[in-house]
Amino acid sequence: MKLQRKNRLRATALGALAVSGALVLTACGSDDNTASTGGAGENTKAASNIKCDDAKGKLLASGSSAQKNAMDLWVRNYMAACTGVEVNYKSSSSGEGIVAFNQGTVGFAGSDSALKPEEVAESKKICKGGQGINLPMVGGPIALGYNLEGVDDLNLDAATVAKIFNSKIKKWNDPAIAKLNPGAKLPAKAIQPYHRSEDSGTTQNLGKYLGATAKKDWPYEAEKKWPAPGGQAASGSSGVAAQVKQEDGAIGYFELSYASSQNISTVKIDTGAAEPVAATSENASTAIAAAKIEGQGKDLALKLDYATKADGAYPIVLVTYEIVCDKGNNAETLGTVKSFLTYTASEDGQKVLSEAGYAPIPAEINAKVRETVATLS
Amino acid sequence: MAITSSPSPQAPPVIEPSGTSTGRAGDKVFVGLSRGSGILLLVVMASIAAFLTYRAVLAISKDEGNFLTTFDWNPAGDPPVFGIAVLLYGTVVSSIIAMVIAVPIAVGIALFISHYAPRKLASPLAYVVDLLAAVPSIIYGIWGALFLVPYLAGLNSWLDEYMGWTYIFDKTEMGAARNLFTVGILLAIMILPIVTSVSREVFLQVPKMNEEAALALGATRWEVIRMSVLPFGRSGVISASMLGLGRALGETMAVATVLSPSFLISGHLLDPGGGTFAQNIAAKFDEANEFGRDALIASGLVLFVLTLLVNGAARLIIARRKEYSGANA
Repeated sequence: MKLQRKNRLRATALGALAVSGALVLTACGSDDNTASTGGAGENTKAASNIKCDDAKGKLLASGSSAQKNAMDLWVRNYMAACTGVEVNYKSSSSGEGIVAFNQGTVGFAGSDSALKPEEVAESKKICKGGQGINLPMVGGPIALGYNLEGVDDLNLDAATVAKIFNSKIKKWNDPAIAKLNPGAKLPAKAIQPYHRSEDSGTTQNLGKYLGATAKKDWPYEAEKKWPAPGGQAASGSSGVAAQVKQEDGAIGYFELSYASSQNISTVKIDTGAAEPVAATSENASTAIAAAKIEGQGKDLALKLDYATKADGAYPIVLVTYEIVCDKGNNAETLGTVKSFLTYTASEDGQKVLSEAGYAPIPAEINAKVRETVATLS
Repeated sequence: MAITSSPSPQAPPVIEPSGTSTGRAGDKVFVGLSRGSGILLLVVMASIAAFLTYRAVLAISKDEGNFLTTFDWNPAGDPPVFGIAVLLYGTVVSSIIAMVIAVPIAVGIALFISHYAPRKLASPLAYVVDLLAAVPSIIYGIWGALFLVPYLAGLNSWLDEYMGWTYIFDKTEMGAARNLFTVGILLAIMILPIVTSVSREVFLQVPKMNEEAALALGATRWEVIRMSVLPFGRSGVISASMLGLGRALGETMAVATVLSPSFLISGHLLDPGGGTFAQNIAAKFDEANEFGRDALIASGLVLFVLTLLVNGAARLIIARRKEYSGANA
């Protein structure tokens, strides 16, 4: 009995030690965190270039989840520089962002695709005397990830990609693939193409690319909904990436960061350039640089050149826009919107992008974005 | 009623045959509260139905396809076309698969826990089964997508090879097991706890006299269960199954994670594709514009009606069996 009690006491003491030890350790952990946010020299330097001007209060924004990681970094840096200002970007989806913008509940919206004419018409109700405009802010490559045992290097061109996602090419050792990959040991395995199950800007951008470069093999309209029959679907870029990672013989499309974080091999695109182009953030920037501004007036909607044959230009790219009113912004948040977007379009702001797996907007277009932001009223 | 002499403090309150109270203040408050809650519930249900109907009518009036028979969902398209045929089929089929798998297993577990298992084992086992109900459906979804789907590939090819002649198990398309069959299995696991736990409760309610009488007549344990436990518990098991079916019909995230949706109806259960109401709403809601949301609400209304029908049918079945089983004794 006595012995037992002693043991119990000992056990209690041990437990207490463990608990307090854990507490001490957690304390250390949180210390480290504050150090990394506050002390990283680069961030503070970047922060010092942020002009807070008449930013004040709380700014709500919502939209595309494709630019979520970039926004997170921007918001963190911005809020560290401008104390007392709160920017809250809710990453839901482009559709939801535009709906919220046209209801006037957010200061700006993020979107994977430029406003449609009917959405612009609707925005005139909120932007008194003006209309909604698109400001290209974040670029990024859409990678074609694949999982094929024994093949580490795979080149495809637009027509083959279209045929694969269209279930016209069904085996990995198809002559069309073999022709693009001389010397590769392609197995006689079935191809499992994966697409997004929910409506998505990524799907739409891939559709635009295939429609522009392989019209014969991809006769569909570029919509957010997956148009082609066949293949399997998974939910979200993460879902598609997980399936590709899991299944030998699978191929799918998603933002580059999902491929790099999960070590999924990506396809090099044979664009007709000297060498097949890999999906990297520099190569995507090169391709975006060939884009032309298609928007009228202050609208900076881009028309990308998907058929580019420039060396090192990765053609399957996605540009996300911030959508604001050119005139008639909400007076309460106007100062914050201008100051925040000035930062995101600045050199420092764009530099953050490549760190997060995105592609910066080319300097020439970027300069126009800054000019436009300065004239918002 | 008001003129009845106040009852002596010792005497229990007299309940009139009609069930009305004795007129004490507390009783009145309680009656008012419960009646109020009942009415409130009906009002809430009616408002939901009215809201759904209103938005659904808005959407369906602009639908260029047939809402009931179109195999497509594209309210953002030009012209807007959407229909619920695939969703209705997928919802019903996946729920039926779930019921076929789950109910026998659940009844088996319930019988084991209530009549076979030693006491020491029974309550932890019941606890573990109930715990399954507390796992959020997204966790089932992730587990399903990462574990169940790869493991079911083997079962799928086995079924294809040996049961392919049944047509439904004929796998005509290549691909991972992201099909209605897998969804059915996942749903079966998800509805297992509710069916088990209600059935178990019902089986425990069987009057001891009935069982002892059967035993006295020389019945084996299985005969006792067949002659007294199962007939008594039948309506309870049906109610439990309907509760489970309700969950299966409305399951969203787990289905959305596991299924590879497509707007095609296929009798081949092992082929990827199909969809359910709830899964489709979750998948399409984010990017939908206002009209698209109305369209989704219209599909939600169909699910609402489907659930009402199922529950109504269950009530009918139970009402018919009530006197026979003596479950309401």
